[in-house]
Amino acid sequence: MSRPRRDPDLVRAYVRTGGRSRATRDLDLVTLVVTAKNPPKSNVTPQTMPPDSRRVMGLCSRHGALSIAEIAAYLDLPPSVVRIVVSDLMDAGHVDSPVPAETMPELSMLEEVLHGLRALAV
Amino acid sequence: MGSALSQSEAVDYVAETVTRSVKLLVAGNFGVGKTTFVGSVSEIKPLRTEETITEASVGVDDLAGLDGKTQTTVAMDFGRITVSAQLALYLFGTPGQRRFLPMWDDLSKGALGALVLVDTRRLDHADEVLAVLEERGVPFAVAVNEFDGATRYALEEIREALDLDPATPLTSVDARDRATCVRALITLVEFLFHRLESRP
Repeated sequence: MSRPRRDPDLVRAYVRTGGRSRATRDLDLVTLVVTAKNPPKSNVTPQTMPPDSRRVMGLCSRHGALSIAEIAAYLDLPPSVVRIVVSDLMDAGHVDSPVPAETMPELSMLEEVLHGLRALAV
Repeated sequence: MGSALSQSEAVDYVAETVTRSVKLLVAGNFGVGKTTFVGSVSEIKPLRTEETITEASVGVDDLAGLDGKTQTTVAMDFGRITVSAQLALYLFGTPGQRRFLPMWDDLSKGALGALVLVDTRRLDHADEVLAVLEERGVPFAVAVNEFDGATRYALEEIREALDLDPATPLTSVDARDRATCVRALITLVEFLFHRLESRP
């Protein structure tokens, strides 16, 4: 009985995500998340979701994305937990990632970053 | 639904036209000015997120199980710059120590590159950060954060002290000064661009 308790945060993360420690999708810290334009026709509404899912739904918007890291910061949750919650919400069709119009090679991406930074420098 | 937010500021959403995101790391040891740097260039009030990790312990048998490992909370400060109508750049202040390796995996995956901040009063502390980046294959540039009262050295002396590759860009910044921070980021991204462009 004198064993030290495990970090409550760890236990919390495990319980909060329904006992899973991995997300179903490979989401990055900077993966952008928006509310789905066409929410699924099901009985599951934000009101009936688990608390963390409900909070993510309450924060996300249809008009303008937030990254996984931003969601984690605003909701004070570890990014690992947000990944799992957002993966589930994506699987169920409640949230999406914005779809870029066309693919962009890394070189063009770097060029665009460079242009943007140079515009800030003047 | 009540207030969902625990950080009480208004939410700064990414512009609706933005569909892509990329990240750069601002790496360096504790107290080197990462948070100040991120705050100087970010268009949003810098945000903080915390992750609980299992510290990579040196010389300890991992098979000993949970009790033999140490759980630590690592904080990351990050900011955002919308660089075009379509693209958001995120900057993550990244703790340099090797014991935060689990965090590094997450941060370095998909990162375009890193700007390493160094302090001339503690140059030896940069070795660990540089080694971790090299191991992970994250391309980087180095910026000396010029603290008030710290001895100024010629950049060439610092390059030698850090044993940097001749191709690695080395600049100096004042992490409190936005213009110098933006210039350092430009230096890094120019380097990343030419490096990729010249690849066969």
